[in-house]
Amino acid sequence: MSSKKVVLRFAADITDQPIIYKLVKDYDLIINILKADINPQKEGTLVMELTGDNTEQGIEYLRQLGVGVQSLTEEIIQNEEKCVSCGACTDICPTGALYMERPDMVVRFNSDRCVVCRLCVKACPMKAMEVRF
Amino acid sequence: MAVEKTFQEINERIKRGRAVVVTAEELVTMVKEKGVTRVTSEVDVVTTGTFSPMCSSGAFLSLGHTKPRMKMHKVWLNDVPAYTGIAAVDAFIGATEVPEDDPLNSVYPGEFRYGGGHVIHDLVSHKTVHLKATGYGTDCYPRKEIETEITIDDINEAILFNPRNAYQNYNCAVNLSTRTIYTYMGMLKANLGNAHYSTSGQLSPLLKDPTFKTIGVGTRIFLGGGIGYVVWNGTQHFPGVNLDDSGNNFGHAGGTLSVMGDLKQMNPRWLAGTSMLGYGATLTVGIGIPIPLLNEEVCRFAAAGDDELYAPIVDYGDAYPNFNPSNLGYVSYGELKSGKIKVNGKEVPTAPMSSYPRAKEIARTLKQWIQKGDFLLGEPVQLLPNADAGINANTLKG
Ligand code: SF4
Ligand code: SF4
Repeated sequence: MSSKKVVLRFAADITDQPIIYKLVKDYDLIINILKADINPQKEGTLVMELTGDNTEQGIEYLRQLGVGVQSLTEEIIQNEEKCVSCGACTDICPTGALYMERPDMVVRFNSDRCVVCRLCVKACPMKAMEVRF
Repeated sequence: MAVEKTFQEINERIKRGRAVVVTAEELVTMVKEKGVTRVTSEVDVVTTGTFSPMCSSGAFLSLGHTKPRMKMHKVWLNDVPAYTGIAAVDAFIGATEVPEDDPLNSVYPGEFRYGGGHVIHDLVSHKTVHLKATGYGTDCYPRKEIETEITIDDINEAILFNPRNAYQNYNCAVNLSTRTIYTYMGMLKANLGNAHYSTSGQLSPLLKDPTFKTIGVGTRIFLGGGIGYVVWNGTQHFPGVNLDDSGNNFGHAGGTLSVMGDLKQMNPRWLAGTSMLGYGATLTVGIGIPIPLLNEEVCRFAAAGDDELYAPIVDYGDAYPNFNPSNLGYVSYGELKSGKIKVNGKEVPTAPMSSYPRAKEIARTLKQWIQKGDFLLGEPVQLLPNADAGINANTLKG
């Protein structure tokens, strides 16, 4: 069971659809609405937490409806298949989340220290640092 | 009497599974413990390795004829242009080429997410690559266009040919200017914010045979995870010695290699498409060179450790781009690897551009190949020019 915080943005023409009902009934998700700004005449925003086994499918359903879905808590991951431990990111990362283990010179990633500044995402020559939503 | 060995004698031992092979890293410690004389008589081959972004790389592809036949005039692989002014269906894909619609540095710093290096990586990964070609039509080659999917297995030849790889030594890049700059040495922060270096130091192939006593045309090497050869000196091969203002010797630099091998037997782990932010696309290449310990002199050079090898510190904020001399001194690889150095009295954090763990893996792999008797040394038919040749760089007027 996974849970995910997302920001939903939808156009006026779909604000009248029973989206939450569908997420609960068809995708068996527990919905916790954190913030809502819905007005039938204009674009609406919803911030909520989705919990359940089908969070991805639920999000996919929303996207198909034309709802913009953005993760609230973006996180950075190190794709270990792509990372070659070149080291180029280790003096770019401002927090020491990416660091070199000496004397082996292997590059490690401590996500607890990451502040999602994305500098490494741009600077990594192997495109090994990825943003996960 | 001092030990003298020949390539043939060492190859005989390799064939019988009796050769003693160590990595350059292991050799450094061995020589410190036992001395040059003993180690030269005990060890036959030293293996080196480097895994770095290396521009001046590319691949010749012989695509195969179409029906009806076609003389290709322009070729694109996954939208990256390849040079086809060679023959009807032969093309060269260069590592730094990018798609024609790439925004380049117009959105600064450009990302260069996909280029020729990535095409080579996709090919060697046996992935499908989109081929588009146009021609002008001739009586013998009437067809004018084709769009199709290829893999490395479908085409007739794929030959990696890198005109300049394995720089002997390289600069330690810093930035004295007041803004962040994006270079082929990575992102360099303003006001000496960081320092980047790019060889594997004590594992680096040409730092271990700095006077080219064993490496030459025909040297068999680890190339991109397969077997390749040194086919010539690299372009911009200006072997020399680094001296400071007072004439102190900081070791050899300036040598490069031209290498070649069958791409079909290489491995994507060792040929990786690379995107240098604000600079361009390129290819990261894995190269390992075996050095036979023919005599004590070869052994002494090969045993140089990180504390005895030096890189010049160069300012990429002004001196390098404007081709002006930079006078920031030299720093040892030992210091560079420690994570901080002193430049102009300031403590500066360092980071490599070249993967030391991967370089080590290459040296170890090559060692195993030789120990198993799978890999014999290629005796050069001609050694490469060294510092004594006095080759100087020309610059372009205009
Ligand atoms: S720059 Fe990229 S490839 Fe290099 S060590 Fe960092 S994450 Fe790994
Ligand atoms: S996103 Fe920023 S803080 Fe996180 S690892 Fe990358 S550079 Fe470091």
